[in-house]
Amino acid sequence: MSDTLPSSAYGSHGLNLSNMQIPSSTRGLLRNPAHVASPQTVSQLLSEAVGGRREILAAHYVRKSYRKASLVIPVLQGVELAIQAGEFVSIIGPSGCGKSTLLHLLATLDAPDSGEICFEENRIDNLVSAGRDILRNKYFGMVFQFYHLLPELTTLENVLAPAMIGEGVLGYWARRRAYKERAKEMLELVGLGHRLKHKPRELSGGEMQRTAIARALVARPRVLLADEPTGNLDKHTGEEIMAILRRLNREQNLTIVMVTHDSRIAAQADRTVTLVDGRVVAA
Amino acid sequence: MYKLLLCWRYLRTRYIALASIISVMLGVATMIVVNAVMDGFTHEMKDRIHGILSDLVFESQSLDGFPDADRRMAEIRKIAGENIAGMSPTINIPAMLGYSYGSQYVTKQITMIGVDEATYASVSDFGNYLQHPDNRKQLDFKLKEGGYDTWDHQASDRSKAPTREGMQNAGWEIRRRKARYFSHVAVPDGSLINPFSENKTPSGDAPAGNTALAGGPAASEGTEFDPAKDQHTGCVLGIGLCGYRMSDGADGFLAFPGDDVEISYPTSSKPPKVLSAKFTCVDFYESKMNEFDSNFVFVPIKKLQELRGMIDPSTGIANCNAINIRLKPGVDLDKVRDLLRANFPPQLYRISSWKDKQGALLAAVQMETAVLNVLLFLIIAVAGFGILAIFFMIVFEKTRDIGILKSLGATGRGIMSIFLSYGLSLGVVGASVGLVLGLLFVRYINEIADVLGEITGQRVFDPSIYYFQKIPTIIQWWTVAWIVVGAMTIAVLASILPARRAARLHPVEALRYE
Repeated sequence: MSDTLPSSAYGSHGLNLSNMQIPSSTRGLLRNPAHVASPQTVSQLLSEAVGGRREILAAHYVRKSYRKASLVIPVLQGVELAIQAGEFVSIIGPSGCGKSTLLHLLATLDAPDSGEICFEENRIDNLVSAGRDILRNKYFGMVFQFYHLLPELTTLENVLAPAMIGEGVLGYWARRRAYKERAKEMLELVGLGHRLKHKPRELSGGEMQRTAIARALVARPRVLLADEPTGNLDKHTGEEIMAILRRLNREQNLTIVMVTHDSRIAAQADRTVTLVDGRVVAA
Repeated sequence: MYKLLLCWRYLRTRYIALASIISVMLGVATMIVVNAVMDGFTHEMKDRIHGILSDLVFESQSLDGFPDADRRMAEIRKIAGENIAGMSPTINIPAMLGYSYGSQYVTKQITMIGVDEATYASVSDFGNYLQHPDNRKQLDFKLKEGGYDTWDHQASDRSKAPTREGMQNAGWEIRRRKARYFSHVAVPDGSLINPFSENKTPSGDAPAGNTALAGGPAASEGTEFDPAKDQHTGCVLGIGLCGYRMSDGADGFLAFPGDDVEISYPTSSKPPKVLSAKFTCVDFYESKMNEFDSNFVFVPIKKLQELRGMIDPSTGIANCNAINIRLKPGVDLDKVRDLLRANFPPQLYRISSWKDKQGALLAAVQMETAVLNVLLFLIIAVAGFGILAIFFMIVFEKTRDIGILKSLGATGRGIMSIFLSYGLSLGVVGASVGLVLGLLFVRYINEIADVLGEITGQRVFDPSIYYFQKIPTIIQWWTVAWIVVGAMTIAVLASILPARRAARLHPVEALRYE
């Protein structure tokens, strides 16, 4: 499917990061030839990777605790996790077991107390904030339980937000047509091609979540991180969302990491990782 | 890009923030109005003072002055000739003015200025302030038959300037009427016995011979003085000396051109003695500076030198005590002043510019403007704190959105610039609305003053106090630009703290924020 998309929107410019100030430990990330490839070659690489079980995202002995006044609450106690490219993994566990925290750590929204987070075999948890911002903007797509759309913006503008964030004013202006095409395409992909001009408050929960998925996909991310994507939806709408995610995984070979507490939802993934008391337990 | 888009959406959807910039707007408008009015007044005043005083004044330390003005002028021309456009000698002395109005005798303290009518108008705007059109062209100290302006010819809008009652008769007409009124009844022989006898001579038809007999005005130049046909030496009275302004802005007069006045002046003998002489008022001087209009009386310099005994009987050279100098346009006033100061002994001569002469007044106005500007700018600064508070509220309200933006890869600097540009656009909106309001207010300030006066029943701008018919305003564009830029800067400064707070929010905590 991605082969039919216009390549101009994210193909030519998005990976030109070589002039960024990033610590030497992460330079490998930028030198990796996969990162300067066109979308076509990326998808080829990804399909090769599925066969070769290439590790795309991994957590090694990750510990994280929260501090409340003098009380230290341990959340993650040495999590060991590896996700292969093209995999659909669900992380399941009871409330408070730390599965959302783990997802935030994988997305570099938060930093672990100890341990490492690796993306394509490069350590990312110790990146400077500029590097993490670029990772989140171009390499990860995120979907949340509460949709987290910007209420001031229309559906289309919400989907365009990552493009606007990743580009300067002039750069965005120059390529706005391509971005808009891409955003519309993503909205059509999730079945919302007819609601471009609506504000989030005019949408139903399922529609909002589909908008959020379109937003997460617009930048052609390598990994989709979903935090309880069906948690706020009824069973039928949740099924629709899961169908979209499964289709993305199947048709576009998109790596998906999904956190849920619902074992029926989790079962629809290729693999389920169970988290109990901050540790991964064997299924 | 998202910064501009979000900033624009916030601007359009959050009216509470617009409320916070009303004070910015009002502050900007008030500052523009106050500065325009103050600048208008200052400019008008400077213009007037400058017009009255000439650029430089070269004065002797003593009232008796220095001999031979022509030689001094030649010396001055030798020192700074290339800068000088014109010079005129004058004599300034304190004196007393007296004239009759009905049964009362009005006396005023004045400064009597002997001017050379041929050159004086070339060193100051003196000529423009006279009431007769011919005198404005060239003053000759001769009473005119008539034709004095019956309205304020300096008013910008003649239809609004009230008519000056009595001025239509000023000149010889008034003089003849007064002469007829005050002429003494001729007393034919025997009529004293029966004053009511039929053959009484009608009044006003008095033979000239009897006026002197009855103690009329002293004959001058050896011939009989007929007040209906002859005039004394002409003088120009400051309009404030014999006029008064009524609350509606119209002027009333106690004396007119054509009336006789008496001036008591010190002679140049040692010690000075007081003598008095009769003059005929030939015109009014109206500079619209009350201080000058109610103080100055202009007489011909030759006559004054004669009266005071300032002419050396052996050589015929007369003294004068000041030389007024007008410089060519664009010449540095202070430079020429300092040049002259270096060349004349300060024990004998005082050389000052018009600014030096009125320095205290101008400095006071300038001080007033500065203090007002500081106070008004504080209003805008207070508005800045309003913006600060509202921005903190908005940052709290938008915490979750900030988390979303960060999760999508927005940098801290990007988030900060949303709020900074939001602050800037509030400042721009406030300042530009204030700018428009202020400029409109200045444009229609007189109309607004009239309406306010009608509503409150109290005149906002009383022309009897200010001698201006209208409120003078000048808009200086660089001042306006400073005000607008200052207001915008304050709006941006006030948004820095909330914007930094927003930029530093932790994405996970911001996402969890309910």
